[in-house]
Amino acid sequence: MAASTRAQAISLYKMMLTESKKFPSYNYRTYALRRVRDAFRANRKVEDPKTVERLMEEGHQTLALIQRQVTVGKMFSTQKNVVEG
Amino acid sequence: MLSTGKTVSSRLLRPLSRLPLWLGSDGRAASSLPKELIKKHKLENDELRPLYMDFQATTPMDPRVLDAMLPYQVNYYGNPHSRTHAYGWESESAMETARKQVADLIGADPREIIFTSGATESNNMAIKGVSRFYQTKKRHVITTQTEHKCVLDSCRVLESEGFSVTYLPVQTNGLVDLELLEASIRPDTSLLSVMTINNEIGVKQPIKEIGQICRSKGVFFHTDAAQAVGKIPINVTDWKVDLMSISGHKIYGPKGVGALYVRRRPRVRLEPLQSGGGQERGLRSGTVPTPLAVGLGAACSIAKQELEYDHHRVSMLANRLIQKIMSELPDVIMNGDPEHRYPGCVNLSFAYVEGESLLMALKDVALSSGSACTSASLEPSYVLRAIGADEDLAHSSIRFGIGRFTTEEEVDYTAEKCILQVSRLREMSPLWEMVQEGIDLKSIKWTQH
Repeated sequence: MAASTRAQAISLYKMMLTESKKFPSYNYRTYALRRVRDAFRANRKVEDPKTVERLMEEGHQTLALIQRQVTVGKMFSTQKNVVEG
Repeated sequence: MLSTGKTVSSRLLRPLSRLPLWLGSDGRAASSLPKELIKKHKLENDELRPLYMDFQATTPMDPRVLDAMLPYQVNYYGNPHSRTHAYGWESESAMETARKQVADLIGADPREIIFTSGATESNNMAIKGVSRFYQTKKRHVITTQTEHKCVLDSCRVLESEGFSVTYLPVQTNGLVDLELLEASIRPDTSLLSVMTINNEIGVKQPIKEIGQICRSKGVFFHTDAAQAVGKIPINVTDWKVDLMSISGHKIYGPKGVGALYVRRRPRVRLEPLQSGGGQERGLRSGTVPTPLAVGLGAACSIAKQELEYDHHRVSMLANRLIQKIMSELPDVIMNGDPEHRYPGCVNLSFAYVEGESLLMALKDVALSSGSACTSASLEPSYVLRAIGADEDLAHSSIRFGIGRFTTEEEVDYTAEKCILQVSRLREMSPLWEMVQEGIDLKSIKWTQH
């Protein structure tokens, strides 16, 4: 993977984690963090430029989705649960 | 204790207006039930929410599903059956995409997917519809004793219409005996219905083998796969399934939507339950709710993508839970076959502890003693009775449901609380004391009453 692509991937990864942390719901938050980490870990060794491009595009779409759903979640947030409280 | 507001059960949100085990045909059986087993209570703002460990009852919607649905709740509100304008076309196109997503998950053709209101409707449609269509020649239906109530109740209705129904017993591991199943098929058997994964004990029936038997005998095969779709790999062609019920809210999709797979080749015909505009190939009249169908489609597409990941994680969490509890507590029995099962449904019996008391003590965890439909009833689960569990063990069972959003922390919390409360309740139990003294409870003659 080209150095610039790698930097872009790392930046996307960090942004996705930052946004995932904003989910008010404990279960959605922990899931988003876990799933993003595991997805990046699973695709760490992907070299094929076309696949990298597709994964990056998917990642950007997921980032936008997380941001929208965090907003929705904040509108209807509720009490904390017993393991986070 | 139940009359005061903030007691043991104060944090538990468990609606109790549920049906009893077997609702009498007059529906009056409900009134004979104890009204408030566990006090309903609305959470105050300063209270903490219980953990959710009841993924067989329903699942939270995946945020990705909601994201797919929202545009159809907001801007794209056209009737998918409107043929004369863009509002209709865009909804129709979304509905057809969703149909393909559902079909792809189970290896079907999109034309074989009928949208319904949920698995209960799908089961009703399949069982009543097929039997009634072929009733002039065939008047026998086979099912098992551990099916969901909507299947059993549909069969009861058929019996009242003059059909004969065989309710196959299951073995002590919860699985049907294939030889008995084959021997039960008669020349006039039209339909056989066996659920893929049981909702209470999580056992996985040998669907592929049953499909083979049905195909060779010329009997239509329906399976209620509400608990299986999206959790285990399914292929209707490999399994030779003719009809399959799917539920939206068991796979992180919306409530109020489901689907019925109806095979086209060899063709399965059924009499529709609902009359009207002839939507869904005339089998299910009524406007398809586009946002819900889109949600079901998205849930199926995500389930396909996440199947392996989810299964791996759910297995890991289930093992963690079972090992923690089993290593700390003696006399815990796991119900259902240990191998042929879906790991996310863990049904444990805690001997000498009454299940409802344990549920009340575990107020910080949303759990159930079995099916949500019967959770208000003091009757032991008919599924547990069907696998031959002793009455006392059937009374002491709890179902732990693990899913996509469950965390290690939640599993550990649940296990610790469970160990603590079971030990505490056993300390108070005279039965437990007698067992510790070496008295065989079975040898005791309890007075008749």
